[in-house]
Amino acid sequence: MELFKNTNIDFLGKKWYFLGFSLLFSTAGILSMLFWHGIPLGVDFKGGTDVYVKFTQPPDIDAVRHAIDAAGFKNPRIQPYDVPAAHQVLIALEQKESNEQALDQAKTQVIDALEKRFGKNQEGRLDVNNASAAAIRDFLLQSDAMHAGTDANQRYTDQAQAIVRFRDQNKGGVLASFDDLNGVANPQLVAALKNGAYLSAFAVRNVEIVGPQVGKQLQRQAWLATAYSLAGMLVYLAFRFEWIYGVAAVVAVFHDTLITAGAFSLTNKEITLTVIAAILTLIGYSMNDTIVVFDRIRENIKIMRRETLSEIVNRSINQTLSRTVLTSGLTFLTVLSLYLFGGEVLRGFSFALVIGILIGTYSSIAVAAPMLVAYQDWRARKTGATVVPGVRRGKVSA
Amino acid sequence: MHKKLRGKTIFIIAVLLVFTYGIFFGSDFDRSWQAMKTGGPLAAIEQNIHRGLDLKGGTHLILQVAVNEAVAADSQRTTDALRDELNKAGVTFSDIVVPDSNRPDVIQVKGVAPDKSGDLRRIVSDSFSRYDLQSGTENGYTLVMKPSEAQALKNRAVQQAIDTIRGRVDTLGVSEPVIQEHGLGDYQILVQLPGVDDPARVKDIMQSTAMLEIHQSLGGPFPDEQSALQANNGALPPNAILLPGRNVGGRGSEGGEQRDEYYLISRSAVVAGDDVRSAQPSQDRNGRPAVSFYLTGTAGRRFEQFTSAHIGDSLAIVLDKRVREVARINDTIRDSGIIEGVFTPQQTKDLSMVLSSGALPASIHYLEERTVGPSLGADSIREGVMAAIVGMGAVMLFMLFYYRGAGINADLALILNLIILLGFLGFSGATLTLPGIAGVILTIGMGVDSNVLIFERIREELRAGKAPAAAVDQGFGRAWVTILDTHVTTIVSAFILFIFGTGPVRGFAVTLTFGLLANLFTAVYVSRVIFDAILNRKQRGEALSI
Repeated sequence: MELFKNTNIDFLGKKWYFLGFSLLFSTAGILSMLFWHGIPLGVDFKGGTDVYVKFTQPPDIDAVRHAIDAAGFKNPRIQPYDVPAAHQVLIALEQKESNEQALDQAKTQVIDALEKRFGKNQEGRLDVNNASAAAIRDFLLQSDAMHAGTDANQRYTDQAQAIVRFRDQNKGGVLASFDDLNGVANPQLVAALKNGAYLSAFAVRNVEIVGPQVGKQLQRQAWLATAYSLAGMLVYLAFRFEWIYGVAAVVAVFHDTLITAGAFSLTNKEITLTVIAAILTLIGYSMNDTIVVFDRIRENIKIMRRETLSEIVNRSINQTLSRTVLTSGLTFLTVLSLYLFGGEVLRGFSFALVIGILIGTYSSIAVAAPMLVAYQDWRARKTGATVVPGVRRGKVSA
Repeated sequence: MHKKLRGKTIFIIAVLLVFTYGIFFGSDFDRSWQAMKTGGPLAAIEQNIHRGLDLKGGTHLILQVAVNEAVAADSQRTTDALRDELNKAGVTFSDIVVPDSNRPDVIQVKGVAPDKSGDLRRIVSDSFSRYDLQSGTENGYTLVMKPSEAQALKNRAVQQAIDTIRGRVDTLGVSEPVIQEHGLGDYQILVQLPGVDDPARVKDIMQSTAMLEIHQSLGGPFPDEQSALQANNGALPPNAILLPGRNVGGRGSEGGEQRDEYYLISRSAVVAGDDVRSAQPSQDRNGRPAVSFYLTGTAGRRFEQFTSAHIGDSLAIVLDKRVREVARINDTIRDSGIIEGVFTPQQTKDLSMVLSSGALPASIHYLEERTVGPSLGADSIREGVMAAIVGMGAVMLFMLFYYRGAGINADLALILNLIILLGFLGFSGATLTLPGIAGVILTIGMGVDSNVLIFERIREELRAGKAPAAAVDQGFGRAWVTILDTHVTTIVSAFILFIFGTGPVRGFAVTLTFGLLANLFTAVYVSRVIFDAILNRKQRGEALSI
């Protein structure tokens, strides 16, 4: 089977469309960064406190907001997290709500506020949804419903661990009712829990607290890493090709990075550490398609001595089209699967890869190669001679 | 040819076996074998491949060590020692101070008698060679700690803090904690506590400076700082400082508002933080919880000397810059003491543990705290594995569909690629994080690219009319440079990520890099061997399924 057989598309003839398309998306992204959503930084870079809470029922966002407002926080961001069926809420507090001396102060206050509102206010009783295995074991030891005798400690530890494992692995961290534990733990223990403990309607799934100092440090590192990556690519390409090829490729990759970051701003998705990781990976990956096309251009310059550079470039793009689309398409397939099935934690990461791989493939055809031709046209106008970007090393490749 | 091919096949099978072993037993055979016997192969993998905090749940903390405090403490000792030396040598001076708390490495000696400046220079160069001496105005001199010395002092403080924290975390029974320096030259410490989803108590214990000092008590208690100053004619004696204390000696614990009282104590401590050898929970005379401590040998001798010379005077036991206890010296005390106050039994347990583990050389505070609940980790693994299976299945089906016979070849190479990558994780003990799983998935997608590049080139050569064997040969030869490009650019990116990233992101860089390195072997070497084996069986002129 073959998807592209002897294609002969005039890519360079469509360069104005490409330019328009690229300008449209990058300008939209830049405008959004400047005037609309800004650059939506995640807690990693902005600092602050993010608390992720899972409820047993579909959560009432207004009730959560009420509880958090009552605790006296300014501008808390409260939003549903993940798919509705997950019953999750993200409570995000600004940096100034926590201080360096007591970094986790805001977190404690949030949990207290939720406990007040959704914990049924059962003072002094054990909340099994927010208890560690050790706390549950201590409770079981105290009630001693199994009359366990000498090896009580071991037996109750095992039971407590079974309960926690069931809660965390099978129920996503929250139990709706003690009856769920039938068949998991000893029936006498379930009865004892019903009597002496309770289940609040929520559990804290994870917490991220980043102080201002770390936020700034991570921002600096992310900028540096991106800059070093681009510089690294430039050096590698300068080593492989003429400098103009390197410049064209780096412009194309920069274009990809800009549009990907713009997509985050336009959709108001947060840029986190893992998103930066995805962007750095893209810088490396989208370079490949460009290199494939460039290699072929260089190869063809040697063979096709009569044709103009635009003809050579067009032919090269067409010749490599099949593999460019196939390789990107297959990588896209895995990344798409990551986006669809990989879960909410990786959503931003996989979103960056999905956008980036599409744009990266497009740009190696529509940005990098036309730039070579544009450069040559410009040189020709200036000197009045036709100069084909030279061939330095005689490597031939696929 | 046949013989060579057989050798290569045996080599590939050997690699396959070794890395399959690595997936299940690579890190620790005995433990993985135990897990295998009780819980089956999945349990063995779980035991064998280290999961990051984001997959198994736990707490990740970054701490800042206030290293300047360690320098300040050192300067304080130096000023005391310098004062003694100068007095002994009869060098008169008006004062010795550390003028700027932001520059604790600078000590000023003021108003030195002009005819004694030579003595000062001699003393500094003999006994305080860690400092550079500069002369200033009005017979003043400045001692600046040599930059290399200050640097060493700061590094030592971080190292000592790491050791102390490790001691404390170990006593709390946290399994497999990670405690190491974080970043370069930022004096930060990274602490990872797997399985700890309520870090509050652990954090308090880690952060507790628990600086135990014993000073001579010179006066007090005073109700507030003002009256303390008045009692001393408006100025504190040069060798004394004021410290707050509350409920000292148990007074005021019943009813009424609890207020700080102030005590005048000697500036230099008789016993300092690292003089404590051990401590344990005990009870005071009234049976209330208290903490007993024992001093090290040298500190004990020093304490004995001091107490025998000061019978009738008072001692103040100071914990974290607060006076906890003031007692009259009735007799020579050798090497033990007791800290009273209002403690719960849990607090006495924690405090004695912290005292025994040694003092932190400087205070620490938290910069970052991330807690992943175990339920989230479990979900993440499930979703990550799901995405990997779907992604890999889609890719493998496509390859079969698009390249027919050669698709089987690519799929075999892909499976081997995955086995080598997972086996590597087992052998190396590298940590698998959630982004690491994403790296594995991306490796599948990028790894199969190599096959596509080779196959497309072979098709092109076949179209150009070459015989299958020649086309395969050309295809591999010409695709090689491009494959190398692909891998170099991506690995360069991953390498930069590894340098700049932390925790989860590093896990991604690691799996992606090793996945792609393994891919060079599977997509180029293994795939070629499979092609050669197929070509060997074919009759001359028979077509290649690609």
